[in-house]
Amino acid sequence: MLRIDAYGDMGLRIQLGATISKETNNKIRSLALCLEKEEIPGIIEWIPTYTAISISYDPYIISYDKLKKRIEDLSESMIEVKLPPAMVVHIPVCYGGECGPDLETVASHNGVSADEVINIHADTDYLIYMMGFTPGFPYLGGMSEKIATPRLETPRLKIPVGSVGIAGAQTGVYPMETPGGWQLIGRTPVKLFDSSRQDPILLQAGNYVRFVRITEEEYQTIEAKIKQGTYQPKREVYQEK
Amino acid sequence: MFEVVKPGLTTTIQDLGRTGYQQYGVVVSGAMDAFALQVGNILVGNKRDEAGIEVVIMGPTLRVLADHVIAICGADLSPKLDGESIPMWKSLVVKAGQTLTFGKPVNGGYTYITVAGGIDTPLIMGSKATYTKAEIGGIEGRSLQKGDKIAFGKPSSMVKAGIGLPIRQIPDYRSGRKIRVILGPDHDAFSGESVERFLSEHYKLTSQSDRMGSRLEGPSLSLLRGADIISDAIFPGTIQVPANGQPIILLADRQTTGGYTRIATVITVDLPYVAQMLPGNELAFEAISVEKAQRLYVEQELLLQTLSVAAGTF
Repeated sequence: MLRIDAYGDMGLRIQLGATISKETNNKIRSLALCLEKEEIPGIIEWIPTYTAISISYDPYIISYDKLKKRIEDLSESMIEVKLPPAMVVHIPVCYGGECGPDLETVASHNGVSADEVINIHADTDYLIYMMGFTPGFPYLGGMSEKIATPRLETPRLKIPVGSVGIAGAQTGVYPMETPGGWQLIGRTPVKLFDSSRQDPILLQAGNYVRFVRITEEEYQTIEAKIKQGTYQPKREVYQEK
Repeated sequence: MFEVVKPGLTTTIQDLGRTGYQQYGVVVSGAMDAFALQVGNILVGNKRDEAGIEVVIMGPTLRVLADHVIAICGADLSPKLDGESIPMWKSLVVKAGQTLTFGKPVNGGYTYITVAGGIDTPLIMGSKATYTKAEIGGIEGRSLQKGDKIAFGKPSSMVKAGIGLPIRQIPDYRSGRKIRVILGPDHDAFSGESVERFLSEHYKLTSQSDRMGSRLEGPSLSLLRGADIISDAIFPGTIQVPANGQPIILLADRQTTGGYTRIATVITVDLPYVAQMLPGNELAFEAISVEKAQRLYVEQELLLQTLSVAAGTF
């Protein structure tokens, strides 16, 4: 179940699955780890996605045929790779009110109370399948269908940074101020992308996100700490439930 | 140093892009015409990946505050120094007190002012490239404004005026040549007839084109299944086809991933010809093999290396 194709003259795409699944995601993580260890000359970087890894490389240093052969060889040793444990990054979220103007809409759409929406949303470890869309944006899997809600009919022109939203059966966090049609249920003071930080990107594909409910006061305290540079989101080793 | 008297349409600082962070969703950005920027840098004794000033269609007015060796490479936007036309693809001296202006676009949309010593702006995640949507790179992450001062680094000792690109190597952006592509990764999702149409008909560049991508208008391409795929990687020159059947060629400010079906990817050496098209221009595509595309890439790389050696900047 490994298919390699040329993707332009500087790209090589490795398909590792056909559907979105944890199993495929594990294969992608394993291959990414192999690529990191192998340091094949000519490879510039790679983009892991739901079902594939696309490598960008310099054809002056390595041709498509040679790189394809190296990847085929590498994929054979992939099975032996032991993945490091996945981490869960805690994202504090202030739900409802000004932070989450659509919380009630999500609740009434699903016939549950606002509190239930929060309990369902905050009680899950979401797998980060891939990053994309905007710098630092995680594509999360695993949201309960019980709180799935269609996008707004008319998208908002400006969504504040850190907004936590629902679109269909997906949930996510806006890393930048952009227009968007997601139902906003809360907001986090934690910045998913900050180019002035030593690690500009907070999250990584293959890890998990857990939303933790906080009050407005806690939101302000954390925000102040972030400004002083003294706040680090909690991280722990992921445990299958 | 230069002072911005008039900012022009969208004048930005660009290098070869912010690579290495695409797996985190960070847009690469960088020069729309990477060949022109690299040649410009070579001519003024810089490293090829140094940043330059990207000028788009309506150029800025820049006051020269100190003597510098510069080059202007890319589209002919009628550059003038104190009102006198100046040559392109050739290094020249500008003196304190002079004013650099631009006029009518003659043969494309993007040109690069490179200055000996390079642009003195901070590296953000390894690059000086401006990506205005995330407000990073260049000067405060934005396009230039009136009153901005652009500072330059220390020139290499080899720098001199009068170094030019051989005329036969100057790209002819208006040649109407076919844009060469490598089919895939999703061309199987189109009907055979649609792939044929894509490779035989003409497409026109629409005005909804920018640093993110070129939107084309022409014979509709039909998909066997829906237009959406599971979100996947995008590279420079990737041609997406959304449900309306009209292709979009993704360029410097493209997102790293997308959910539309990809019929083909433009080969690297032809990307400048796509970037330099103006709204209303027509183009046609031709499919070639990966081997051939990579041969052309290596040829261009060798040309740039030879130029660097000749200019003493290798």
